[in-house]
Amino acid sequence: MAERKIKIATTSLAGCFGCHMSFLDIDEKLVLLNDRIEFNRSPFTDIKQCSPSDIGLIEGGVCNADNVRVLREFRASCAILIAVGACAITGGVPAMRNYFDLRECLEEVYLNGTGVTNPQIPSDMELPLLLDKVYPVQEVVKIDYFLPGCPPSADAFLQMLVPLLDGQKPRLATDQLHYD
Amino acid sequence: MLVLMKNQSRPRSLIFDKQHLLHRLYILQQQDRHISSETIVRVAGECNMPVSQVASVVDFYSFFYREPVGQYHMLLSNCTSCGYQAGETDLLKMLCRSLNVDPGITRADGRVSISETSCIGMCDHGASMLINGIPLVGLDETKVVRIAGLVEQQMTLCQWPQDWFQITHPIRQGGMLLNNVGPPGNSLTKALSTGPGRTLDMIEYSGLRGRGGAGFSTGKKWRFCREATGDTHYVVCNADEGEPGTFKDRFLLQCHAGALFEGMAICASVIGARKGFLYLRGEYRYLLTHLQEALELQYNNNLLGCSILGHAGFDFDIEIVVGAGAYICGEESALIESLEGKPGVPRIRPPFPVTCGYLGQPTAVNNVETFIAAAYIVDHGSGVFRMSGTEHSAGSKILSISGDCRNPGIYEYAFGVSIQQVLNDCGADNAQAVQIGGPAGTLVARRDFRRRISFEDVSTGGSFLVFGENRDLLAVNQNFARFFAHESCGFCTPCRVGTRLMEGSLQKIVDGRAVAADIDEIKRLSSLIMRYSHCGLGHTAANHMLDSLKQFPDLFEERIMRQAFSPQIDLEAALETARQITHRDDADAHLD
Amino acid sequence: MTYESNKAIDANSITIDGETVPFDAGQTIMDAALAAKIHIPHLCHYPGLTPAGNCRLCMVEMNGESVAACVTQAQSGQQVSSNTPELNAARLAITQMLFVEGNHICPSCEKSGNCRLQAMGYYLGMLEEHFHQFNPRREIDASHSTVLLDRDRCILCDLCVRASRDIDKKNVFAIAGRGIHARLVVNTASGKLGDSNIEENDLAAKICPVGAILIRERSFDSPVGERIYDRRSISDTALTEHVPEKEVDRG
Repeated sequence: MAERKIKIATTSLAGCFGCHMSFLDIDEKLVLLNDRIEFNRSPFTDIKQCSPSDIGLIEGGVCNADNVRVLREFRASCAILIAVGACAITGGVPAMRNYFDLRECLEEVYLNGTGVTNPQIPSDMELPLLLDKVYPVQEVVKIDYFLPGCPPSADAFLQMLVPLLDGQKPRLATDQLHYD
Repeated sequence: MLVLMKNQSRPRSLIFDKQHLLHRLYILQQQDRHISSETIVRVAGECNMPVSQVASVVDFYSFFYREPVGQYHMLLSNCTSCGYQAGETDLLKMLCRSLNVDPGITRADGRVSISETSCIGMCDHGASMLINGIPLVGLDETKVVRIAGLVEQQMTLCQWPQDWFQITHPIRQGGMLLNNVGPPGNSLTKALSTGPGRTLDMIEYSGLRGRGGAGFSTGKKWRFCREATGDTHYVVCNADEGEPGTFKDRFLLQCHAGALFEGMAICASVIGARKGFLYLRGEYRYLLTHLQEALELQYNNNLLGCSILGHAGFDFDIEIVVGAGAYICGEESALIESLEGKPGVPRIRPPFPVTCGYLGQPTAVNNVETFIAAAYIVDHGSGVFRMSGTEHSAGSKILSISGDCRNPGIYEYAFGVSIQQVLNDCGADNAQAVQIGGPAGTLVARRDFRRRISFEDVSTGGSFLVFGENRDLLAVNQNFARFFAHESCGFCTPCRVGTRLMEGSLQKIVDGRAVAADIDEIKRLSSLIMRYSHCGLGHTAANHMLDSLKQFPDLFEERIMRQAFSPQIDLEAALETARQITHRDDADAHLD
Repeated sequence: MTYESNKAIDANSITIDGETVPFDAGQTIMDAALAAKIHIPHLCHYPGLTPAGNCRLCMVEMNGESVAACVTQAQSGQQVSSNTPELNAARLAITQMLFVEGNHICPSCEKSGNCRLQAMGYYLGMLEEHFHQFNPRREIDASHSTVLLDRDRCILCDLCVRASRDIDKKNVFAIAGRGIHARLVVNTASGKLGDSNIEENDLAAKICPVGAILIRERSFDSPVGERIYDRRSISDTALTEHVPEKEVDRG
């Protein structure tokens, strides 16, 4: 009987998908992984709802209410949740807005900024409401493992995932630890 | 033959140096209601100091402002005893509302500004404030309304009811020091006839230990200082009584200044100093005139000045330096920095002030009460002193008792008195706990009220805060955590950042958003701040948390959620600004 | 205390993690450790400058007491523990405190790869910042033609203050403000760096462990992979740092 495939879900919250791109950089090893994993909700699959999964990879920080909901869905569905990349772990570049008040940011962008026409701050039920700050994911849900880097290298992804597939605790090698 | 020199009156300018940086800045602050960048540059030029030194002093002390404060500048104490939280009423909020002003922001017409400040030492007088630096005591709702009226009518402070400014000194229980009102000069006369060596032996033999709280042997300190080599030696009196709940030095300065100055002169004779300083906390500036007069009297009686009491070659002067709002200046090396016109950042020790203190010279720094006790010992003998107290805590301790009791005030006890005895005496019938030694001290719960006030059991610099059974101890902890975060000097990482983190962690518990892991986190943070900080402030900043967690675990347990994890932030609140900006209130505009 | 019975210790030596380390009179525990090529983590210390003792990363246990190695005199008989799980956990927490207190966005920082705070994080295995971020609002000073001051990244280590005062003899910097409001200030009437006499070759302009003081137009000189801490650990580089002799002479 074939071994059950490990289900992996991935998402990008306030991120740039760079971590996802780096994940794909594992190149041909992805084929090897493919024998052991299958993707659940992920930009790779276009599945919209997360069903119970073994591992969740979160890219990006938490900048709005929608991010919170997705993150909670992942936490509820994934046995192991991994924060991937600088934005998920620290807020990253999107968190540079944190040094300003939200109101200041929106006014600068939508009302007072150079070249703004029809100045108004968008308000629509369709738009996720912004949080006052961009938060690291571990401030919102419990995170089991952290994979820092901007982005983490393809090797770092493997160092994290392969032991997990074997039921082991992953440990990032010192040379793979970087924040940029 | 000795010529007895009498009536050496001392010009006030030598008792109080107007050119001292802290004093110059105080005058400018009073005059312009703030200290502008231009002023800083000008003062730096006049004092021949780097601009950055003046700027760092202005920014360090709470009573200097970069932006103008109001014509009426009110600083309400936020202490648990003399603070603005009077039962259910928040007097600060009420006052702000009455005067249509936000805390910390000067009203547009420049008339008034209202803010809060750390304990101003009026804990036996109820809620209190400093208005333009002068203590106004016994605040209540009625008074707040009247104050608002007087401010709006622009009445000068001398037109205000003068009893509001009346600081009384209820001695509830006297002892060897408080009851000792011998004629001036006795102690010093005896010290001089005994000679410095034998006087020092007496102090050592008496077992006198520092009354500021740390309890270092005074005799040893003086001996180290006496034996230290230096061009000159200094005596410094630490009258920076900043530990919330302490006000006994306020009383001693008011009523026993002569004994204090004699004690300082005795110290000077022992260590070979010609110059002494009284470092007075900024909150007690109202005592300055009185202290100047008291000093003049000492000079007139030849208890200070040249050839004191006719002893040729024994010259000793005392100068007063007034602080400007910084608890950390109670730490002796920070105090010395402040004396030198710098921010009160504690020095690296060793070297200790006894070998390398003011201007790098050997300096003996002692608490007000310590000098007074030293004067007593010289007058009455170390044997009498030792007979009182316990084996390791000779003599008496003056307590400042406040909080939930019928008779707050000054009490003097022989060391070894039980907490229960003190509570009985001050009329605290239903105390659930006592904070002894202020926020940096020890929280003692009812089951331990048989414990004793002494260096070997519960030590205190004088603060004795009574918490009745209705007192919310979690709110007390929050108050203390805020105090340390506000007063941390910012020099070292664990204290600067850790005290601020502690405030946040505690807020999470108070808000009911915390889980069991957050309590572990507080314990970890506490130990980090206490073990790895640079000075005593950090070393003691988490005592109250650890004591409370140990003595009153339920306080915390009952507020925490029974789940493994909770968000660090209040997410629903984090959406509030956006809801306001977008005027949204639909389901998606909320979380939870 | 048991050190008196420890025969391995002679008159002028201490032990650090069990290793006997000689010292000269007047040396601190840090000096002795560095001379023996033992790394005690530190950020606010730089050999050749007067130690300050503010970062607290070099906290060690000495005969049962926690002390900062950079400001504690070595004395015979001291048994020092430094590389212990407990101390490294405390150092990790202190490093995390320094991260959350300021605004450290490594991916957008010119100093990334050459930053000692970041390298300390790597050395201590810091995966996340753990504490809630303070998000302070701090002033950037771009008034100088060749030296940039970005206070977002300042960790208040005081190295530039000491370098400028004691080595460059210019006294350009100071720390002002209390508690969490402590900040680096410039010793000019305007408070601006452009009005100071700092130059890009001054030690004060080069000594910043983080990206708070930067020499302009020098960023991204080395590509990713070839920056200092891409190749080496701070436990290694910290052993070779010293204020250049010519600078000391000048000072």
